[in-house]
Amino acid sequence: MKLLKLVPDDTNIDFLKWRTYAFGISLLLMIASVGLVATKGLNFGVDFIGGQMIRATFTQTTEAPVTELREKVASLGYGDPTIQRFGKENQVSIRMKLPEGADKNPEIANAMAVKITNSLKADYPGVRIDGVDSVSGKVSEELFSKGILALLAAMAGVSIYIWFRFEWQFGVGAIWSLLHDVTLTFGLFALTGWEFDLNIIAALLTIIGYSLNDTVVVYDRIRENLMKFRKMEMASLLNLSVNETLSRTVMTSVSISLPLIVLVLFGPDVIFGFSVAMAFGIVVGTYSSIYQAAPILIWLKVGSHSFVPTEEAGSKAERTEGFGAQP
Amino acid sequence: MLDFPRWRVWMLNTIIVVGVLFAIPSVLPTHIRAQLAPYVPTPTINLGLDLAGGSHILLEADTSQLAETRLEALEDSVRTAMRRANPRIAITDVSRINGQLSFSVTEPSQVDAAREALLPITSNATGGRDWNIGVNDGNRMILTPAGAGNETALDQAMDTAKDVIDRRINALGTLEPTIIRQGENRIVVQVPGLDDPEALKALIGKTAKLEFKLVDEQADPDQTAQGKARVGSQVLPYPDNPTGLPYIAVRRLGGIAGDKLVKADPTFDQQTNEPAVTIQFDSEGGQKFARMTQQNVNKLFAIVLDGQVISAPQIREPIFGGVSQISGSFTTESANALSISLRSGALPVDLKIVEERSVGPDLGADSIRRGVLAAIIGTTAILVLMFLAYGRFGMYANIALVINVSMILGVMAFANATLTLPGIAGFVLTIGAAVDANVLINERIREELKRGRRVVQAIEFGYKEASRAIFDANSTNVIAAVLLFIFGSGPIRGFAVVLMIGIVTSVFTAVTITRMWVSRWVKRTRPQDLTI
Repeated sequence: MKLLKLVPDDTNIDFLKWRTYAFGISLLLMIASVGLVATKGLNFGVDFIGGQMIRATFTQTTEAPVTELREKVASLGYGDPTIQRFGKENQVSIRMKLPEGADKNPEIANAMAVKITNSLKADYPGVRIDGVDSVSGKVSEELFSKGILALLAAMAGVSIYIWFRFEWQFGVGAIWSLLHDVTLTFGLFALTGWEFDLNIIAALLTIIGYSLNDTVVVYDRIRENLMKFRKMEMASLLNLSVNETLSRTVMTSVSISLPLIVLVLFGPDVIFGFSVAMAFGIVVGTYSSIYQAAPILIWLKVGSHSFVPTEEAGSKAERTEGFGAQP
Repeated sequence: MLDFPRWRVWMLNTIIVVGVLFAIPSVLPTHIRAQLAPYVPTPTINLGLDLAGGSHILLEADTSQLAETRLEALEDSVRTAMRRANPRIAITDVSRINGQLSFSVTEPSQVDAAREALLPITSNATGGRDWNIGVNDGNRMILTPAGAGNETALDQAMDTAKDVIDRRINALGTLEPTIIRQGENRIVVQVPGLDDPEALKALIGKTAKLEFKLVDEQADPDQTAQGKARVGSQVLPYPDNPTGLPYIAVRRLGGIAGDKLVKADPTFDQQTNEPAVTIQFDSEGGQKFARMTQQNVNKLFAIVLDGQVISAPQIREPIFGGVSQISGSFTTESANALSISLRSGALPVDLKIVEERSVGPDLGADSIRRGVLAAIIGTTAILVLMFLAYGRFGMYANIALVINVSMILGVMAFANATLTLPGIAGFVLTIGAAVDANVLINERIREELKRGRRVVQAIEFGYKEASRAIFDANSTNVIAAVLLFIFGSGPIRGFAVVLMIGIVTSVFTAVTITRMWVSRWVKRTRPQDLTI
């Protein structure tokens, strides 16, 4: 039987040739992402800014009357709602800021939810209330700070692990590529205006885990080759390692992306953002382990001397001297 | 490496069989499971509220209010202790400021006696101090909270509150609530399958602190309307006041608390035929109530619920049986709710709803259907891809994957874990990531073959060299998953649980189990060449 090969045997692509451009583009994208988040901001869900979200399905129409709905809810006197379709045309989420004083007295928030749902039910007989989320300002602040803390802890945690298992330069490379992946995902959400809620934090944490998966495989091969080919120039060694692991990288990326794409296309609408974030993160993560995590090792002057016991360092360093001088 | 002793084969097979067996009840239709249940254990995976539909309510206690309540209670016992001291100790200028209680002993020579009298009421059951006693200016006594007094009080209050909520929800009937304390001052209430949480919220949000106070009949209505009361009185809201004024002045002292009830039932007032609530005090409360009514015949007394007067009837005759009726403007529902609240006792602290999430059952069902569909399509795509890419070794990986899926379900059922919506996504993701180990191994075997190694050696090398990367990669995933679990809440935790279980089972099936199959195949056929 002839087996399928996604990547031909013995590829010898000079990935590292474009490392400076790739790095420049990535840096630009990261700056753009930060800029987008700073200027346009993220479309935070009630998880992070507090407030109320009511999800409803208009079972008797094919399309939810969004404009009309906006006016109707606004006329109730609780301020302007944010109304978005999600999933099918007849499903909407209505987001409200918590009314003033709701933190002191939850009855006010409660009354608002009851009033909105009642008016919906009165005006549209076929409406089905699918869920109500109500988060107070205090809890949302906690969720936000806990989410950010989790992200930072995860990045620090896995990088420290890499540092222990490899060398400090690899840890730096890992944290940089994670920062890259996470920043770009933030940028994607700022750009598209998709709702940013707790689920997205979960997606980001998963991306951190799995993006590192790739990085680890490449790093593992770099370490192996560093010990095997002591005289090879660093850029060629990285190229060799990336090429050797290329068929695995492609195969795994495809096999992880497949179910995620299925999830984006057919999965539950409620977690659409979550699925997209994860699919996006896996693609960016694969790219970053080749073009961010690996080249950083050159700039951080990793060589075969990085993996020999210190007492031999002198003699090995002599042998490896030539590498650093080459571009 | 390719050597598998018989006992190991048996052990691994047993683990697989047990894991898969545990998964079975969860995938059976409900009615079949119900038929099986009496004969065999049927551990099943719980569905989270976002899938099953239901309500999640997070309540937070007002800690400052609790400290105030403690201080009030202390003031009461101090007054009593001073009055009962022999000779009686006169005190003045009692004040509660900044969490401290201070008062002056009128006769400075009695300060030592006062201190003596304070000792028992300021220490706790274990002999430690709840309050520190200080003396200023010779005769001003200051009681400040000592050590963990307030924390312990909060802890106890939260435990009591949890029990009270439990009793109240149980009174609603067949719901299966989960009520857990979270942090130091929060309680999570989760009720699956509850579509409309309004009734529930009305029930658990009420403190239900019942008091009977004497109405200050000498109060000037104009003053009362402005919220001003005479010394020793206080103004309380009274929405249903027949005089039309929504306030009433009541005496601060001489009332009794309605927390010593043995019974509270909804009923109808015999005269007006309107809904009402009958209550029955326990013997101690009954005696106090009798004494109060005896001493105040023909006076008005206010029935106060959570700081609001619900009615203020006249005491026509002393009430000795400890049975009383509370009427106000009740509906049948509110009378019923109040009797449930009174029966289950007052909440020792005011609880506020700080987070609430409810999901209708239809949305949850839709999520399950589409999540399962996505999982099936995703898995099938991977199975096809793996077979096309690696042939026989791809098949091994595929069988391992199917076992992995069952084992994740099995472990979740065994651990009684909860499957949430993000959990389904985690499941789908785990399926994709699980084959990564096999991809690593198989690619490595390919490479080693290309380098000219013999088949057996290549396989051995493939597993050995790939294992290191597999270990490191999965370790980082575990780190991320553990952090998700620590920092996450509700559904996210469900996701983290699936990830963690998935990482462990996938390493087991994708590495250990496939290695066993491969080694048996190698031993049996002694292959000279290998298509991979």
